[in-house]
Parts: sequence; C-alpha cells; structure tokens
Amino acid sequence: MQAWLDSLIAGSELLQQVPAGLIYTIGILGACTLVLLFASLLAGEVVWLERRVAGRMQARIGPNRVGPQGLLQFLADGLKLLGKEDIIPATADKAVFLMAPVIVFMGAFAAYCVMPFGYGLVPADMNLGLFLILSITSIEVVGVIMAGWASNSKWSILGAMREVAQMVSYEIPLGIAALSVAILAGTLNLTDITLQQGGGIWNWYVFRGPFGFIGFFAFFIAALASLKRAPFDLPEAESELVAGFHTEYTGFRFAIFFLAEYAGMILFAMLTSVLFLGGWYTGIPGIELDGAGSRWIGFGVLFAKTSFLLFVMIWVRWSLPRFRIDRVMYLCYKVLLPISVLCVVGAAAQVWLGITLAGGTLAAPGEGGFADWLAGGRP
Amino acid sequence: MNVLDLAPVLPLASEMAEFIPVLVMLIFGLAFAALNLVASFLLGQKAPTNPVKDMAYECGMPPISDAHQRFSVKFYLVAILFVLFDIEVVFLYPWAVKFEADKAFLFVEMLIFIGILFLGWWYVIRKGAVNWAQE
Repeated sequence: MQAWLDSLIAGSELLQQVPAGLIYTIGILGACTLVLLFASLLAGEVVWLERRVAGRMQARIGPNRVGPQGLLQFLADGLKLLGKEDIIPATADKAVFLMAPVIVFMGAFAAYCVMPFGYGLVPADMNLGLFLILSITSIEVVGVIMAGWASNSKWSILGAMREVAQMVSYEIPLGIAALSVAILAGTLNLTDITLQQGGGIWNWYVFRGPFGFIGFFAFFIAALASLKRAPFDLPEAESELVAGFHTEYTGFRFAIFFLAEYAGMILFAMLTSVLFLGGWYTGIPGIELDGAGSRWIGFGVLFAKTSFLLFVMIWVRWSLPRFRIDRVMYLCYKVLLPISVLCVVGAAAQVWLGITLAGGTLAAPGEGGFADWLAGGRP
Repeated sequence: MNVLDLAPVLPLASEMAEFIPVLVMLIFGLAFAALNLVASFLLGQKAPTNPVKDMAYECGMPPISDAHQRFSVKFYLVAILFVLFDIEVVFLYPWAVKFEADKAFLFVEMLIFIGILFLGWWYVIRKGAVNWAQE
C-alpha cells in the first residue's frame, strides 16, 4: 500500500507538491472505503450466487428478474429490508440486543484490511497479518453470544450456545492448520507468504509436500465449520431451531447478520487462496503479475480462485446433510486436531531437513508499513 | 509534528502505526452498520406495538418462563478446552516465525511442548469430555 502510493508519488509531478502525509491519509481512507464496498457488495452477490446455484441444483431457476440474470437481487432485498420494522422483544436486554449485530459486522469486515488483494494492494501490510485475521474474526463469537443471550428466546439461546461451542472448538484446528503454512513460509505476513508461492503451480503451498496438502483440507473444513456453513450449520438449523441466534432479529438488523456471514465466507475463501493456492499468482512460471497495471490482473486471478472456493462452499451446502452436534465435536477434537498438529510437526520437519522447494524471488513491498511514514516523511 | 518526538510519552507509537488501517476499518465497519440502521429507522415501517407482537418467539405460544436457564455443562467444558488448546496455539505462532533461527533445537523444543499438549489431549479424550453422545 505504502510502496504503491510512493510509486504513484514518484511518477507524478503534481502529487509531489502535496504533503506525503495527506496522500497517505487519503490513501488509507480510500483503501478502507474500497475494501468495505468490495466486501459488502460481493457479499450481496454471493447471496445471489448461492440462490442461483441452489436453484440449479434443485432443478428450478432461482432469482433472475432484477437486473441481468438477477444480479441486482441483493439491492432489491436490501432496500426492502430497509423499509421493514425493527422489532425488539419486550423481554430482551435492549442495549446488548442492539449492539450485537454491529459487533458481528465489525469483526467480519475489519479482518479484510490485512488481506493482500494483489501485489502491494493491501491496506495494512503488517507482519502479524495471519494472526490478526484469526484474532479479529473471533470477535464474531462475542457478538453471537450477545445476540443469543439478549434475545431472551429459547431458540436464540440454544443456537448461540451451539454456535459458540462450535466456533470456539474449530478455531483450534483452523489456527493449527494455518500454522503449517506459517512454518513453511517462516512469516505471518500474508504478502510475504504469497510472494513465496510465485513461479510454477508446484510452488503453491498446497503442493509443497504432503503436509501442505493435508493442511489445506483441514483448514478448509475447519473454516467451513467456524463459518457455520453446512454441513456444520447446527447453530441455525432451520428444521430444529427456527433460525438460531438471530430468531428475534428483524429488518436491517437481520440483514447485517446475513451480510457479516457472507463477508466471513469471502474472507476465508480468500485466505485459503492466499495461504495455499498461491494468492494472485497464476501458477504459470514467468507470469508474475506485480507491475503497476498487472497487479490488478493479479487481483482478478485471486478473485477467480476465491470465487471457485465460494462455489465449492455453496456446492457442499446444497449436497450434504447436516451433522449431528456430537459428530461435530468428534470431528473437531478427535480427527481434525490430531491431523492438523501432525501437519505442523511434519511441516517443521520438512523445513528442518531442508526439503522445501525454493520460494519466490521478489522482495516484499513496503516492509516498514506506515511506521516509516509516521517516523518522518517519505522513505 | 514527528511522532517520534513523543517517544518518551508513547514508546509504542511508531510500532502501533501499522495498525492504523485496522482501526480505520473497525470504525468504518461500525459506521456502515450504524448508518444502515439509522436509515432503516428513518425509512422503516412503525406500526403500533402490542404485547403479542413484542413477545419472544416460541412457536406462537406465550413464552413459558425466562430463557436464561441453566445449561448443560458440556458447553462450559468446551470453553475451558478452548482456553487450554488455543493458548497453546498462540504460543506456537511466534515459534513458527522464529523457527529458522535454530532449527534442530527449536524442533526438539516444540516436540516436547506438543508432547505435553498430547498428554493433556489424551486425558481429555479418556475423560470423555468431548464425547457428547454419552449421557
């Protein structure tokens, strides 16, 4: 981000007249606005995609009236929900009830700011990237239990309890599976992790030995479960819990939960692509996609990988039946946890014995982040 | 003013600078949600309330007793297990980043650490703490 702004400044006479601090401030605000718009609009489109795919899989059409192929359906739905009444149950804990969706939303969206969308296209290029994503997304749990508890409805509280137990459990294999990539890469900076996967498709971490391969599946399954996607959608199992923790939510408050859920899906699909599937790299040696213009093509490549993983998530949801809660716990503690720990030990042994393939050749953009800027002027 | 002039007052100021976009993003998320909720409040329908409408949903019946009741201990057990295992994961992250420094030593160290973790995991499994099917 900073390196990109610096190259913009260096290339323009006009921008060199403007104080660097102002450009950086506008840069941060603009990047955050873009990321927020990207995430919320794409979340709406994924809702549409889900409904279309579900329709196709159930031999019906799905929404196709609003806009081309029904692409603007989410705008129509959003406008409709804006006009709906916001009902708060009389027995609810009002302050907590009102705060909960906002907290879930913040948790789902703030994690995007360390995501490398392309070479240098990252709002905050920090060394803690991966760790920050895992920690910020767990804010969501707090919002969910607030919603469930404050609603004071039995369905909500059952859903919230299940959800918290499930999300909290699956965060362990999720974190450990991501760790196996962190060891292979030797860094938590998501841009650096991507840079090491440049060149051929064999440089992607999913293909760098057996542990990356197993780790990829462990990570993806754990991500599905911590996103409460089917087949792990017990917290909002429609056939038994009405709607789980958001039973009592109406109008746009409900829409915010919905948006946050789909934003989380996109986030984890993107994170899986960055960690295991080579981020913005095409997998063809020689095409690096790190130039001033081609980094946007790189963003397109990452977007394609993300879309594919999103499609897989939807595909899984409409193909598999729901797990039973004790099976969910069994899978987490007795299957995924040992497997992911094995991946970490294996990956560490791989690094120790030096049997990893060579990493990328590019230097990380803007290593000091914004610290250099605040420490005084343009580096 | 240069932020480093504040070094005696804010020793972490320059290291915290890279978190500014995270903070901005949190505020933007808050603002986006809040704006939409205000819009919904302004545009939304406001029908007169009545006791039945404001009732918590319980399949159409008036709710029987408060929903804040005692819960199965399994859920709390999972919370305790989370604290145990997730703290271990947090310890493993800095180890993963520094692994290149002294591979052989750190590998053995980590094996001991994971060995202790494995003993704890084995104890939890044998105790049946995650065996939810058993009554």
